[in-house]
Amino acid sequence: MAADTPKTDTYGEAAASGGLPQFDFTTWASQIFWLLLVFGVLYFILSTFILPRIGQNIADRTDRISDDLDQAANFQAQAEETEKSYTKILADARAKSMNVSEATRNAVEEDIAKEIEAAEAVAEREAVVAEARIRKSRDAALESVETVAVEAAGDVLEALTGKTFTAAKIRASLKT
Amino acid sequence: MATDPMQQFEIKEKASLFEIAGQTISFSNSALWMIVSGILIVGFFALTLRGKLIPGRLQSMGELSYQFISDMIRDTTGQEAMKFLPFIFTLFFFILAANLIGMNPYAFTTTSHLAVTFTLAIMTISIVIIAGIWKNGLSWFKIFAPSGLPLIMYILIIPIEVISFIARPVTLAVRLFANMVAGHVMLKLFAIFAAYLVAKGGVFIGAAILPIVGVMGIAALEFLVAALQAFVFAILTCIYLNDVYHVHH
Repeated sequence: MAADTPKTDTYGEAAASGGLPQFDFTTWASQIFWLLLVFGVLYFILSTFILPRIGQNIADRTDRISDDLDQAANFQAQAEETEKSYTKILADARAKSMNVSEATRNAVEEDIAKEIEAAEAVAEREAVVAEARIRKSRDAALESVETVAVEAAGDVLEALTGKTFTAAKIRASLKT
Repeated sequence: MATDPMQQFEIKEKASLFEIAGQTISFSNSALWMIVSGILIVGFFALTLRGKLIPGRLQSMGELSYQFISDMIRDTTGQEAMKFLPFIFTLFFFILAANLIGMNPYAFTTTSHLAVTFTLAIMTISIVIIAGIWKNGLSWFKIFAPSGLPLIMYILIIPIEVISFIARPVTLAVRLFANMVAGHVMLKLFAIFAAYLVAKGGVFIGAAILPIVGVMGIAALEFLVAALQAFVFAILTCIYLNDVYHVHH
């Protein structure tokens, strides 16, 4: 070790005398040796322990992201399907309710028509009966009017002429 | 006072360790700061390992770093080059850490040495050559001979392609080294000039404001360069790795 001290001085002088230290070839072997050693060890550590783990981590994340995106796409497709079926159910329900109300209305209208018909029939029957009764009572009334007129005419003739006329005679003359 | 702007690049040996093929291997300030940058990188990324599904700030930084490098590889070379991710990741963060550590006072910029940048460049180009031959066999050498040319053109094209291929490690190494050296030399020169003016005294103390503002500007620029050069080194490595997978061009 002690022998190194003068050596260091020699290098210092070589540099001071104007020669570039880079072209002092006696130092090249040491530099190359240490470079290969350090570079080799560094390469070994980086390539065995560090880089595979960084690369793996990045690959894991990329996988995870693409997985998540796939899953999101799946969920969206599912949601779209659900929405489609929901719309379909809604449309079906609407059509069904429309049918039901149509049917109900038809039934109700039918009932109403039937009842009206029945009521009209009843009314007609009663009208016929009533007409018959009216005609009868009118005929009766006319009959009684004739009787009264004949009596009145007999009374008038008796008072005028002092003779009694039979009702049949008066009636016959009234009719002419 | 240090008046030599090159002094900062000096390798100071702490201990001589052993000898290989006549070369003494010793522990120096350069080795120390390489180890520091290695520990910082491992420490930082160990802290980011939270493994949570929803990342916190630290974990995000780790994951952003990972994705930054993986995007870079995917954009320039393609998905098939992903097995080089650890190498490019290590390369980028080692250079980035070394460059940024070098911006601290008293720290040593390991990437300002041609020995380091050249070794990194040779490493890169060796991986391209080895992986290319491993994958394509000898037909990989077709990258030097683009198909569909008249025979005579190959006499011209093949040497050009070979030279441009050889130039790749050289330019990789020199680009990083020169950027680091130039930036640190500029910083040092401005700082020395400011210190020199202050030492003169009198009116010159007021004039020292100019090199101080200059040194601040250059420091900001150097932080940019530190990150940019790490990026350039990494992306050029990706582009060169293209030759492994796309032989017919």
